[in-house]
Amino acid sequence: MRTDFVRREVATGLRRNVTMTVAMVLTTAISLLMVGTGLLAVKTIDATESLYSDRLEVRVALTQDVSVADSDCSQPICAGLLSTLQNSPLVDSVSYENQQQAYERFQELFAGQSVADLARPQSLPATLRVKLVEQNGSTEAGAAAVRQAMEQQVGVRTVIDQREVVASLFDFLGGVRNVTFALALVQALAALLLISNTVQVSAYTRRTEVGVMRLVGATRWYTQLPFLVEAVITGVVGAVLAGVGLVVAKFAFIDSLLAGIAQNGVIPPVTLADVLTTSAYLLPIGALIAGVTGYVTLRLYVKV
Amino acid sequence: MIRLERVTKMYKTSTRPALDRVSVEIDKGEFVFLIGPSGSGKSTFLRLLLREDVPTRGSIFVTDLNVAKLPRRKVPRLRQKIGCVFQDFRLLSNKTVGGNVAFALEVIGKSPATVRKVVPEVLELVGLSGKADRMPHELSGGEQQRVAIARAFVNRPLVLLADEPTGNLDPDTSQDIMLLLERINRTGTTVVMATHDHSIVDSMRRRVVELENGRVVRDEARAVYGVGR
Repeated sequence: MRTDFVRREVATGLRRNVTMTVAMVLTTAISLLMVGTGLLAVKTIDATESLYSDRLEVRVALTQDVSVADSDCSQPICAGLLSTLQNSPLVDSVSYENQQQAYERFQELFAGQSVADLARPQSLPATLRVKLVEQNGSTEAGAAAVRQAMEQQVGVRTVIDQREVVASLFDFLGGVRNVTFALALVQALAALLLISNTVQVSAYTRRTEVGVMRLVGATRWYTQLPFLVEAVITGVVGAVLAGVGLVVAKFAFIDSLLAGIAQNGVIPPVTLADVLTTSAYLLPIGALIAGVTGYVTLRLYVKV
Repeated sequence: MIRLERVTKMYKTSTRPALDRVSVEIDKGEFVFLIGPSGSGKSTFLRLLLREDVPTRGSIFVTDLNVAKLPRRKVPRLRQKIGCVFQDFRLLSNKTVGGNVAFALEVIGKSPATVRKVVPEVLELVGLSGKADRMPHELSGGEQQRVAIARAFVNRPLVLLADEPTGNLDPDTSQDIMLLLERINRTGTTVVMATHDHSIVDSMRRRVVELENGRVVRDEARAVYGVGR
């Protein structure tokens, strides 16, 4: 195989079809950018979920009478509940927060707001804060067990599962991810068709060359390779642009968009390393999609 | 060298066969004119030899290759043994004369050293030495056809197929092209030329295979185009 020959043919092809080439590169870049965004969304959502699963607790709020009477969970009702929880294999640890501690945390959380002034230690319940053991990557079983064991018990006012509070956030993030992927899919389809079309146009504009090549007995590989290499190059350039786009998007939009919540530790920040890894995935994806589409198109539509 | 055995070619769009039980044998080094009116099957004959198409029935041999049964991946091997020249030259307008001839070698993987050596030789053979750097549009029709012949011959094929090679040329230029084809024939290359040109056939006095409605109606050595045609 003469590489200089293939290189020259590819250069000619890309130059001759320059508007098509640019359109193909851009469409590929945009669809891969979407795919990249989707991948980053997945990564962030996964990281957020694991972040929360470490922190999330089930809180067993005690009734008013128990809360007032017991400041260190030493009396029978509270101690009974505590030992029930501690004996469960699904429970990692349990700590007791009495009314005074609850009040202090409340003051901290709502510092500067009028509710902070209105709250009194007596109006807040004491709670048993239960950290759960993960089973198969989830604390769902533990949460259900705690709820079942504690609800209806004497001294228990209510069971609060913090995971339910953040569930809607996860739903939202999941939605974002799905929409991104759906758009990426449509874009990818457009890119696929465009690549296929470009390969056909490219083969058509060079039909005399291809005709001569066939006549003098060039092998199928020799005839097709320039078109394939062209497609792969545009795919790779598209992927590189998509990668650059992701990095730009990180500094231009994502960082400022997530600045507040990421700093507070609500969700983990999107790091440059994440972006670069994702970009690196896009490269083979772009090359592969373009190459396979080009190959199939040549086989199906172009007599070379 | 070339053997057709009861070759029939039907096209889907036509009720009448393009070739009808054609049997012809052409020896190595022969010069054969393929004549007949338009639509008589001359082009189909050439297309089948090149494996641009396969016969509906019958078999075709070119050298040792069974053309009709040749697997697709071996078709290039067949075509490397056959050179082709057409009425419309089919030169690449964006390549120089030398580039056009070199292209035929490059695409079958010949080394740059071979290309550099062989291209000037063949250009000299066709009488175009010194014009390697010209573009095709700077040449006359006759010269363009010489480039096409150089391209067809550069890989030293065993067979040269020419489909109306003088169809676009004036009589004098046509005569020059015929002299060139004759010279190529003298190197041992089998030449099969489809033509309508009476004067050429009459002056060359070579074997004539005449087709009419897809059938061979005459196969005669040292013949003329035909009385009263």
